[in-house]
Amino acid sequence: MHGLAFDISHMLAGLLVLVSLAMLYQDRLFALINVLALHALLLAASVAWQAWVHDAPQLYITAAIALAFKAIAIPMALRRMVFRLGIHRQIETVVGTGLTMLAAIVLIALSIKVMLPVTAGVDPVAREDIALALSVVLIGLLMMVTRRNAVSQVAGFMSLDNGIVLAATGAQGMPLVVELSVAFSVLIAFIVIGIFLFRIRERFDTVDLQALDRFRGEKL
Amino acid sequence: MSALAVLLVPLGFAALLALLPGYRISARLNVLASFIALAFAVDLVIHRPVAGRYLMVDDLNVVFILLNTFVGFTTSAFSASYIRHELETGRLTASYLRFYHAMFQLMLFGINLALLANNIGLMWVAVELATLTTVMMVGIYRTHVALAAAWKYFILGSVGIALALFGTILVYLAARPVVGEGMDAMVWTTLITHAQDFDPNLLNIAFIFLLLGYGTKVGLAPMHAWLPDAHAEGPTPISAVLSGLLLNVALYALLRFKMLLAANPLAIAPGPLMIGLGLLSLIFAAFMLYRRRDIKRLFAYSSIEHMGIIVFAFGMAGPLGNFAGLLQMTMHSLTKSAIFFSVGHIAQVKGTQQIGEMGGLTETHPLLGWGLVAGVAAIAGLPPFGVFTSEFLIVSSTFARAPVLAVLVVFGLLLSFGALLLRLTSVAFGAVRGPIGPVKASYIPLFAHLALVLTAGIWLPPPVVAWFQHVAVQLG
Repeated sequence: MHGLAFDISHMLAGLLVLVSLAMLYQDRLFALINVLALHALLLAASVAWQAWVHDAPQLYITAAIALAFKAIAIPMALRRMVFRLGIHRQIETVVGTGLTMLAAIVLIALSIKVMLPVTAGVDPVAREDIALALSVVLIGLLMMVTRRNAVSQVAGFMSLDNGIVLAATGAQGMPLVVELSVAFSVLIAFIVIGIFLFRIRERFDTVDLQALDRFRGEKL
Repeated sequence: MSALAVLLVPLGFAALLALLPGYRISARLNVLASFIALAFAVDLVIHRPVAGRYLMVDDLNVVFILLNTFVGFTTSAFSASYIRHELETGRLTASYLRFYHAMFQLMLFGINLALLANNIGLMWVAVELATLTTVMMVGIYRTHVALAAAWKYFILGSVGIALALFGTILVYLAARPVVGEGMDAMVWTTLITHAQDFDPNLLNIAFIFLLLGYGTKVGLAPMHAWLPDAHAEGPTPISAVLSGLLLNVALYALLRFKMLLAANPLAIAPGPLMIGLGLLSLIFAAFMLYRRRDIKRLFAYSSIEHMGIIVFAFGMAGPLGNFAGLLQMTMHSLTKSAIFFSVGHIAQVKGTQQIGEMGGLTETHPLLGWGLVAGVAAIAGLPPFGVFTSEFLIVSSTFARAPVLAVLVVFGLLLSFGALLLRLTSVAFGAVRGPIGPVKASYIPLFAHLALVLTAGIWLPPPVVAWFQHVAVQLG
């Protein structure tokens, strides 16, 4: 692969990182869901581009899943849920936006610093795609840690998942990519259904062990 | 043939149990299905099929399969008497039980698939399936805390599993230049034969992701936060399989990748990382044991402690370290599930899981009480039980190679020993507290496990020793 094809796949992966960053400073749930849909849209474009360039038709299925499921169905369901449950519109963050953005920039630098030297033997597209995919994964994790609302945690998890799909499609000729993306979609569907069925409207301090400890009378 | 049967039996019964209404017949069918799977697993030990592209059986995974189908079978027997009580007290309804039984078999299917998989992608999918089914069962009581616990387990488990997938992709990237594109670069038996030519740097990074990812599911500190809640809030048979089976499956995945790293001379040694995380989990959990007021949480922290010891032993590696790790894992699965069998019935009698509201069990319910005493004595590492043998092996082999580490291990072990003893005396002996109603318990699974652990402590049959030694050498 050379020239334009190369540049376009890099641009799409880079845009994905940019949108990940944009997700971090959204302070309203509806806006966050829109950015999430954009993220999935970019992923679909990136995967479709890989499918075309590498002549790997099975990747079109992954792209179609990303488009139909992650860019359209899930955002619609989330929007409905936010509306129906009347969830607080303001997102509560644990750390300030500025600090989160700084942390995200550090994470991007870290993933490039870590991944580029070790992937020297891999072909150049996969090489940079993996580095960018790792930044998307790490920013997704950061988002899950800094948000307490269940819906924004799902958004964080979905962007994390998008990063992984990006990495999987970047690794040329990787088998089972379609199956894995289906498995991940099932996982996300479960999460969304879980929120909806169980009416998880409270803030769960999901990474905070103490909340339940307090409830069980183990902490004063 | 048997390999497929071990998978298809649970899957078929899961579908059947999802359709059957009456809980009595489904509880029996659940036991039957688990027994058939166990029978096929025993057959796998004798007749070993040739490794294919998707499934394989070797000396390592057959240990796990046998252990898991056995604990699955005994737990299904315990579950039958446990859920009868839950139905009578109205904590669960008949339709939930139908769902519960189907999920139980589906979970066994996921676990067996993860263990039999010869493909790192397939293994990942299977671990995900097993996680999802247990999430559903943890939340089955639908109380506020049960849902919160299931949600936390789900989110943390998903993050772990996502990181593990990233690691899996990196392993593929490392394998592709050597093995070639396509499915072969994910087949484990192909990977291990070519591992010495892989790019070591890529393998290192991959292993870090895999360690963090699958380590979350093993319950290693500091990624353990889901484990105590999931154990405490779900039905007790699920606590037993979580500790006895699911943690082992994630550990198995870790061991497979550790073998890949060990086969590459230029990659980092996975040992120190595992030793570090193992020790951290052991000592952290030992301290946490002291503050527990809930009996199921207490033993959940004890599981973190033991997984720490096991990961430590595999990290020390060498034939002796691996042997001790395998033995410790087997003993822990058997003992911990036995403890949960007795705790399940105790909590049902007392109507609570709070340690402060139960006491004098050896007087009021001698069989249950002494069963618990034996189980706790075993898990705390007292002779003559099997856990003592394995812990003794771990400590003595570590003393020979790294005395400082051995001191830390002994410190953690003594600390947790004290905590467990402290809690045990108030629950089993002392003044009678809480309701003392009769109990319709099934004692056979409980005492069968304890008898096995006791036998292993006194006399380990030579064929088992030879078998474990062989696996230990293979593990490197």
